[in-house]
Formats: sequence, structure tokens, C-alpha cells
Amino acid sequence: MFIHFLLSRLLSALLVIFGVILIVFLLIHLVPGDPIEVMLGDSPTMADREQLRQSLGLDQPILTQFFQYFNRLLHFDLGESIHSGRKISEILFPRIWPTVYLTLASLFVAIVIAFPLGIMSALNKNTMIDKMAMGISLIGISIPNFLMGPLLILIFSILLGILPVNGNDSISSIVLPALTLGTALAAILSRMIRASLLETMTMDYVRTAKAKGLSKYQIIYKHTLRNALLPVVTIIGLQFGALLGGAVITEMIFSWPGLGQLTIESIQKRDYPVVQACMLLITTTYVLVNTLTDLAYAALDPRIRLDAKS
Amino acid sequence: MQNHKSMDKRTPGTYLFSFILISWFLLVLLTPLLSFTPNNVHLEKILLTPSFHHGLEGLLGYDDLGRSVLERLLSGAKISFLVAFGVAFIALCIGTIIGLISAYIGGVWDHIIVRLIDIFMAFPGILLAIALSGLMGPGIDNVMIALCVVGWVGYARLTRAQVLSIKQREHVSSARALGASHIQIISKHILPLIISPLIIEFTFAIAGLVIAEAGLSFLGLGIQAPESSWGNMIKEGSQYLLISPHLVIMPGLCLLLVVLSVNQIGDALRDYLDPKTLVYSRRVGRKNTGRKR
Repeated sequence: MFIHFLLSRLLSALLVIFGVILIVFLLIHLVPGDPIEVMLGDSPTMADREQLRQSLGLDQPILTQFFQYFNRLLHFDLGESIHSGRKISEILFPRIWPTVYLTLASLFVAIVIAFPLGIMSALNKNTMIDKMAMGISLIGISIPNFLMGPLLILIFSILLGILPVNGNDSISSIVLPALTLGTALAAILSRMIRASLLETMTMDYVRTAKAKGLSKYQIIYKHTLRNALLPVVTIIGLQFGALLGGAVITEMIFSWPGLGQLTIESIQKRDYPVVQACMLLITTTYVLVNTLTDLAYAALDPRIRLDAKS
Repeated sequence: MQNHKSMDKRTPGTYLFSFILISWFLLVLLTPLLSFTPNNVHLEKILLTPSFHHGLEGLLGYDDLGRSVLERLLSGAKISFLVAFGVAFIALCIGTIIGLISAYIGGVWDHIIVRLIDIFMAFPGILLAIALSGLMGPGIDNVMIALCVVGWVGYARLTRAQVLSIKQREHVSSARALGASHIQIISKHILPLIISPLIIEFTFAIAGLVIAEAGLSFLGLGIQAPESSWGNMIKEGSQYLLISPHLVIMPGLCLLLVVLSVNQIGDALRDYLDPKTLVYSRRVGRKNTGRKR
């Protein structure tokens, strides 16, 4: 039965990735006017234009273009950069690790902040502590990262002078970007943790545990927390997309040499094949993470599989 | 599940946030009447800090070109209002219609639309908006198009889920048995029942859109200079963080207050309009309730 669920999730992930490829492919046709003119800038020769048009396959019918594009992707050929002429995979590859590093660090920040905050407010429901914690998390949700970034720079780099403003040369340089990207997720997560804990606390088995005379500590750590964590793990997986999207802006603020910065730089240089490749890579990663989360969740909690089947 | 004050227990917080939102509306409505010049350059006042010595115009200081921060904030308020409400409304219409078609007609259309929704949801929202407005070129119209392309999905998903369950209910079958037309069934027996979750989605979308517009402008893909947006003000200001932090703090504060207020009002609305019928879906956390089909 799990095999059935696994196959159906994988199949639908593949379909979604195919759709994503189609949309990313169509993006280049959204460029107003002739994309070739836009990409080459001022005064290209006729020969240059035709050469680029041919190398991008833009002289073919659109359906043929798509199948060529798709075929190249199947062979892991992302094409070449218009700006530098280098293979896109070569440009992309060194950018992957910084983004992974930043995302994981932010996830760490989010978890470290959210768990104590969420658990604390759930345990002290409707008290001053709860209200303050949830107030902080509401502010966290409402501060966009392009404001958080400069504010953190102002406090930690300029006023206190303890952390570097940008770059990626020392361990301390990850701190501000990870805080910037992680706080919003921390805010959302802490609310989810609180809600999930409160819901679990009303369950029958918690009442039974109380009736058995278990200590508060045992009830929380052995009965409530473990069960409440399952949905939270899913949320983390699902929020991964927001993290990847936010990474684009965060990388720009801190000149972090990751995929997000590459995306924006390529947009500015009108190097559209690189933009397409970045979009594809980021979105496919997101789809895969989502699918894995779903599968992990289903493996841990059989009710999901039964649900999906009916 | 939620622990926010419902609307009938009005708290000082709710009043404060409503006040902020109402001032935002009023300022936008009144800006055509106020004679203000956000693009006027005063070379002698470059980077002046906020003070009372330069009249109302200089209350919040001047930016790197000697333009009044207050006036630029007001003009930015107008932009973010236009974009947020414009996009939220257009996306609401498109998304609701698509969701209705999907759930009400069903069959092949439903399959196609569900796939389409899945595909659009696969993109991290802001990333697609960044790519779209980057490729189409900057400007308020392209920003709005890009955000609409990203924004309709939430409404479509929400509407579809709601209509799927409501169209099975007895009152719809009775209406059909009595010979009501599809238009009548949709407009009188289905739409009124899904309107509250849509309103809530709309409210939270406003918060997300204010941030998204500012984010795009921050990246230089949205509103372009000399036109001011809170986003491009933060971007320009962050170059002067060391000497004039007010250039970032002022637009940041506006952004924060508006988004905070919208979120808070959204929470209050959600508690007020029956939360049980709600498939709560929000751009940031929208997959947190409905499992995939």
C-alpha cells in the first residue's frame, strides 16, 4: 500500500516538474519585443543576431523549440550563458553550495528560535508570556527580509561592529544572512508548534496520562510533544519554498554568492538562459523536498496513506 | 486553535491597527488633494535627519538627493495601496472563476485546472514574480501582472475546495430540482457560502502583496526611480545606513505597521467569520491544512 502511495506521489511530482519546465521555457517568450534584441543590447550585427537565434533555437516553431529544450534538459544540458558564453552548468554549480548552506543555516536558526517560543507559549496559554511570544512572532511574520537585513546590519555591524556586513569568507559571515532569512520562518513555525501542541493536549491519551498521575514533564515530553511534532515537520518541508524564495532577496542584501544572487544578476544582464536554469533548479528542488516530506510523513503516519487512497 | 481576540471583544490593539489601516486608506484618497512634491530636490538639505525645523516637509528628514522623506513615503503609500488592492482584487476574480469552473463543471476541466494549480504552487511565489517582472521589465503595470500570475492560485485552490463540498449539499440539489439555472445556483446558493473564506484570504493577500511589491522594488525590478515605493526607498537608503539610518527606518516602519495591521485585522476577521468552514490558505503557509488529493 505504501508502494502505491509512493508511486502516485512520484508520478505527480514528475508531472509537476514537467509543467514547471514548460512554464520556465515559456518565460523567454514573455520578453516584450524580440528577446534576441533585448539580450544582445545595442547594435548587434545581423550575423550575431541570427547566430544567437539559431543557437537558442528561436527560429524553430515553438513546439519544436520546447521539445528540443526538454530533450537537452533530459541530457542535463542547460545550454550556454549569452553573457559569458560559458556552459550554464559550470556557472550554476559553484553557486549551489552557498545557497544550500544559507538555507540550512536559516532552518537551524528558525528551529532554535521557534521551538522554545512555541512550546513556552503553549504551556502558558493565554498568559502574559504567551501573548508576548505570539506578539513577537506576529512582528516576525510582518517584517520582510529586505527590512530585517538592513536593520540587522545596522545593529550588529554598524552600531556593535561585531559581525561582517557581507561576503562569505568566514563563519561569522553566515550569521546575519541566516538570521535575516530564518526569523520569518521561526515566526510561522512557533505559531504552528503552539497550535499543534494545544491541539494535542486535548487528546484522550493526554487525559489518560494525566489520570495515571504522570508528571507534567512526562506528559509533555513523552506524550504531547512527540505527537505534536509530526505536523510541524511537514510544515518545515512545505515552508522550504518560502525559504528558497526569500534566499533570493537575502543573498542580494548580503552579496551572498548563491543561486538567488545569480538569478538577479542574470536578470540584470538579460542573460535569460541562466535565469531559466536558476528557476528550474530552485523550483525542482522545492518540488522534490515537498515530495520527500510527504513521503516521510506518510511513512511515519499511516493515516495519511489511508486518507490519500480514499 | 487560534488565540486572538475576536472582533466583538474589541481590544486597544484592534483599534490601533484599524486606525493605521484607515489612515493608510485616507492618505491614499487624499493625496491628489494635497499639494506635495515627492520628487523635488533640495540640494541644501541632503541627508538631513528628521527634525521639526523644516516644517512638515522635513519632519521625517531628507534623502540622499534632498527629497522629503515624508512626501516620498506618502507617494509610496499610494503605490503600495494601488498594487496590493489592485492585484488582490484581480487575482480574487480570476482565481474564484477558475476555482468555480474547476469544481462546478468538474470532469476534464477539473483535472486540467488542478494540474495547473499544482504547477503554479510548485514555484516559490516570490521567485516566479521576480522572474516575471524581471523578464517583462520594470514598471507598476508589469509588477501587477507578475503578482496576479502568482496570486490567483491561492483563491482558485480555496474556491475549488469550498465549492466541491458545497455543491454536494442538499440546498443545492433542491435548487437544481426546482429548476434553478447554473448562474442562479452559483450566485445565490454557492457564492454567498464561500465569501467569508475568500474575504479572509483577500485580507492576508494584501499583507503579502505589500511585501511583494516592496520586495520587487527593493530588487530594482518593480517601481523605478524617481517614482518612490517603500521598497526602493529601503534599497536606496541602505547605502546610507551608517550616516542616515532614518532612510531605511522610516519606510521600514511604514511597511511593518501596515503589514502588521493587515495581518492582525486578518486574524480578527478569521475569528469573526466562522473559522470552521475555512480552508485557511495563505501564500506563506497555505499548504498547512489541505493535504494533497
